[in-house]
Amino acid sequence: MLTPVTDADGAPFWRYAAQGELRVQACTDCGEPRFPPRPCCPHCQSFASEWRRMSGRGRIWSYVVPHPPLLPDYAAQAPYNVILVELAEAPRIRMVGNLVSGPGAPLNSLSPDRVRIGARVQVVFDGDGLPQWVLERP
Amino acid sequence: MPAVTGIKDATAIVGIGQTSFAKHLPEDERTLACRAVLAALDDAGIAPGEVDALASYTMEETDEVELAKAVGFGDLTFFSKIGFGGGGSCATVAHLAAAIAAGQATVGVAWRSRKRGSGPRPWTNTAVQLPTPAQWTRPFGLLRPADEIAMLARRYLHEYGATRDHLFNVALACRNRANQNPAAVMYERPLTREMYMSSRWISEPLCLYDNCLETDGALACVIVSSERARDCRRAPVYVHSAAQGLPAQHHGMVNYWNDDPLTGPAWAAARHLWKHADITPSDVDVAQIYDAFTPLVPLSLEGYGFCGRGEGGAFTEGGALETGGRLPLNTGGGGLSEAYVHGFNLINEGVKQLRGTSTAQVPGAATCLVTAGEGVPTSALLLRN
Ligand SMILES: [Zn+2]
Repeated sequence: MLTPVTDADGAPFWRYAAQGELRVQACTDCGEPRFPPRPCCPHCQSFASEWRRMSGRGRIWSYVVPHPPLLPDYAAQAPYNVILVELAEAPRIRMVGNLVSGPGAPLNSLSPDRVRIGARVQVVFDGDGLPQWVLERP
Repeated sequence: MPAVTGIKDATAIVGIGQTSFAKHLPEDERTLACRAVLAALDDAGIAPGEVDALASYTMEETDEVELAKAVGFGDLTFFSKIGFGGGGSCATVAHLAAAIAAGQATVGVAWRSRKRGSGPRPWTNTAVQLPTPAQWTRPFGLLRPADEIAMLARRYLHEYGATRDHLFNVALACRNRANQNPAAVMYERPLTREMYMSSRWISEPLCLYDNCLETDGALACVIVSSERARDCRRAPVYVHSAAQGLPAQHHGMVNYWNDDPLTGPAWAAARHLWKHADITPSDVDVAQIYDAFTPLVPLSLEGYGFCGRGEGGAFTEGGALETGGRLPLNTGGGGLSEAYVHGFNLINEGVKQLRGTSTAQVPGAATCLVTAGEGVPTSALLLRN
């Protein structure tokens, strides 16, 4: 599997994820959250930022079901779902992830026909600190 | 000194050239580039030694130094590379038009040479997640451009009630035109609705026929001032308007972090394109719209103002994109069925239409919109004769 190869801006997200926390960069001057992380606030141009803890609740904005040809580790699990989650506290922040049956479960652990736009989801984390999503009402 | 009046009709495309298109061509990219460029110069009746400006894509493997040395150009005074893959196609012409209109050069060549058919696909080049922005997508199995665009396509279908039949209309129009074009990879290979609906998935909701071809080939075109164009071998095709587009908060291929992900770079390019044009979308006789994936067409139809938000799917109904329809589309077959050479074939097909030499000629075509990739920082041209 591809593990996140991060940069200075993105590293805090993954450090918090490894602790089981979903945090989003936010401007400490104007308060606006932003994603993906970057050096400077696009609203007020401030370089001051903090990492704001999210509830981890959201809704599915869209999803896809990839089929091979894919990289081998992914082909072995295909077809699987990839979802785009709108965060409850910050609807314009949408995170790519996978809807799974439980923390650490494989990408194909939930049948693609269980996925629908608008479904409420909750973040969980696998053993490697990768955010995953489960249905709020399984 | 005359006042600077912008690029409107100040330059014209006077030569086009291409190699054959195939899944596998034996020659390398550099050789194919030389062949396409020389064919375009020959078409224009301009000697290689007169070329003083070049433009291509940052992803182009044949660089300016190699091309100039091989083909025998004179001194170059302008050269430019445009980023973002298929978003760069029309910008190659736009940069040369601007340079020539501003007096920085006199004869420009734009080109693209690619071995996508027999070479590796970019996304398979990696055993790790690269490039850095992909840390937000690839670890989750959103690996390929098809997956990234399918995410937008699913939401588009959901939001507006567009259907796979609408996407099929796009694929069919391109295939029908390719069936008329002996140079097209899909010449004499008809597509039916049954083939489309029963084909294998690539990334649901996109199936095999929603995806562009994988093609080896090269193309080029030659641009000069409109004044110079009057003395060329071919009737000039004027660059009436040109634009690039990179909208606020865009993120290449995964335009998911905008306020409104279904309005992409096409909208930004369109605003500039029409602002500097004497015509409106209803005056466009034929369109060459970038079609790496079928959903890019309804999104672009909306972005370039041929219909309202959410109406791009319905616009494809009733043969609107076919010959004789409201907006004949991708008349050489497009990236879906002629060749996928990062959209450069769409530029040359636009020129053929305005010369009256297309294999699917729109009678009396006088205006053509050509667009570059939607979903990435893009570009567009309005051509007229
Ligand atoms: Zn701020």
